[in-house]
Amino acid sequence: MVISLKNIFNDAGNVTQFTARFFKEVLKPPYEIKEFIRQCYVIGYRSLPLVGITGFIMGLVLTLQSRPTLAEFGAESWLPGMVALSLIREIAPVITALICAGKISSGIGAELGSMKVTEQIDAMEVSAIDPYKYLVITRILATTLMVPLLVVFADGVGVLGGYAGININSDVNLLNYFSKVLESLDFIDIIPATIKTFFFGFFIGMIGCYKGYTAASGTESVGKAANSAVVAASLTIFVIDMLAVQLTDIFF
Amino acid sequence: MIEQSINKEPIIATDNNGIVIDIRGLYKSFGAHNDVLKGVNITVNKGENLVVLGKSGSGKSVTIKCVVGLVAADKGEIKVFGTDITELDDKQLNAIRIRIGFLFQNAALYDSMTVRQNLAFPLKRHSKSLSPKQEEDAIKEALDNVGLAEAIDKMPAELSGGMRKRIGLARTLILKPEIILYDEPTTGLDTITSREISELILAIQKKNKTSSIIITHDMACAKLTADRIVILKDGIIEAEGSYEELEKSDNDWVRSFFI
Ligand SMILES: Nc1ncnc2c1ncn2[C@@H]1O[C@H](COP(=O)(O)OP(=O)(O)O)[C@@H](O)[C@H]1O
Ligand SMILES: [Mg+2]
Repeated sequence: MVISLKNIFNDAGNVTQFTARFFKEVLKPPYEIKEFIRQCYVIGYRSLPLVGITGFIMGLVLTLQSRPTLAEFGAESWLPGMVALSLIREIAPVITALICAGKISSGIGAELGSMKVTEQIDAMEVSAIDPYKYLVITRILATTLMVPLLVVFADGVGVLGGYAGININSDVNLLNYFSKVLESLDFIDIIPATIKTFFFGFFIGMIGCYKGYTAASGTESVGKAANSAVVAASLTIFVIDMLAVQLTDIFF
Repeated sequence: MIEQSINKEPIIATDNNGIVIDIRGLYKSFGAHNDVLKGVNITVNKGENLVVLGKSGSGKSVTIKCVVGLVAADKGEIKVFGTDITELDDKQLNAIRIRIGFLFQNAALYDSMTVRQNLAFPLKRHSKSLSPKQEEDAIKEALDNVGLAEAIDKMPAELSGGMRKRIGLARTLILKPEIILYDEPTTGLDTITSREISELILAIQKKNKTSSIIITHDMACAKLTADRIVILKDGIIEAEGSYEELEKSDNDWVRSFFI
């Protein structure tokens, strides 16, 4: 019991140090721009299909599920607005972030974990290349930038999915649908929802990097790093989301 | 030509008496119950190949990792080119690291890069003024040195164990190090390949005038490459001498390495 408590504090201390190092080094040259762009491609572009498909299904399913309830109150015309609102404020950011935790956090955890175990990170260090700069900072920056973009993409595709869902039962003109969607959206819906996605992205990258970078020796620790990255990142996303809702209530 | 463009300090005169590495009273423990090094003293003279023997887990790898600052020493002095590296900040340490090559036990090639990119990676960062042509020449020369020019576009996963070691060596050589640290360069290789690697180590010493620490269990490699041998036991240097001297040692334990 005492030991596990000590481990938790140790871990918390290490994560804090790891994160502090990011802020200390991110602005200091040399900048690894090429690797950053490559990571943006790997993390952002390669996740588009997965995020697109889930976004579309979310919009579709949400519409189909909400229609009966709204129909009961004779408020079917609210359907596009309601779906868009719940998609953009809550569902698309959280589901996309969770998918990224599963795909990106674990991928980074496994990649850096295996580099650590096979001494590739040590090899960089002894050739006087800062592995933290090259591997960690580029990846955290890439996820911080790409996850919000993926969320915006999921928002868009999700709204289209909603359109498909509505057209299963009735015939609505696309232009009409979009004007209803835009009518219901406010600045206040979009800004806080977008801000929190940057935090999602930051922690998805940070946790994956931390778990991989600090993996113990031995091949089994690669799997452990990937696995614990997904668990920790998913949990963190929910915590951030909860905090974001509270803060939005206070400030907006 | 390439040497000049690499961003490293001019070659300073080595420590007095031509000593390039001088380890004094090195202590290192991992946790409370794992005292690995308990006062290791090692010197490496300029141009010398020093072989380190010792059982698995006796702390050989930890010792050379201390020399490049990969592992932080608990106590003791590690002078490289006359500078105590335990007192340096990151920037100063990196200036020394560029002058030291380190061959990892499993070569530690970057899996996501081709052989060419593996070699270009350190080169690009430490010699920014190279033209693409000079860079290509330097890569080809380093690969030629290890006899693997044809592997330039392969991925590490496509290489055999012996080839990986040699590419790792080429990646080390590309920065023209004055010191090379070899961690079990022949472990896991067949006898013929082991011999080729050992001969390569010897050839590099002759050609580049490097000083080396070679950790090995392979007595054929030790016999071929060693100018001097030290044996690590229970955290200290237990014996020291030439191959021939140690082979005839009075100490049964020392002799047991040579059977
Ligand atoms: N990073 C580390 N963390 C904890 N213990 C370590 C670490 N590196 C080495 N050790 C321990 O140090 C001892 C010596 O290891 P090493 O130097 O690799 O031995 P060898 O002589 O076989 O190269 C081993 O008992 C090992 O468990
Ligand atoms: Mg070892």
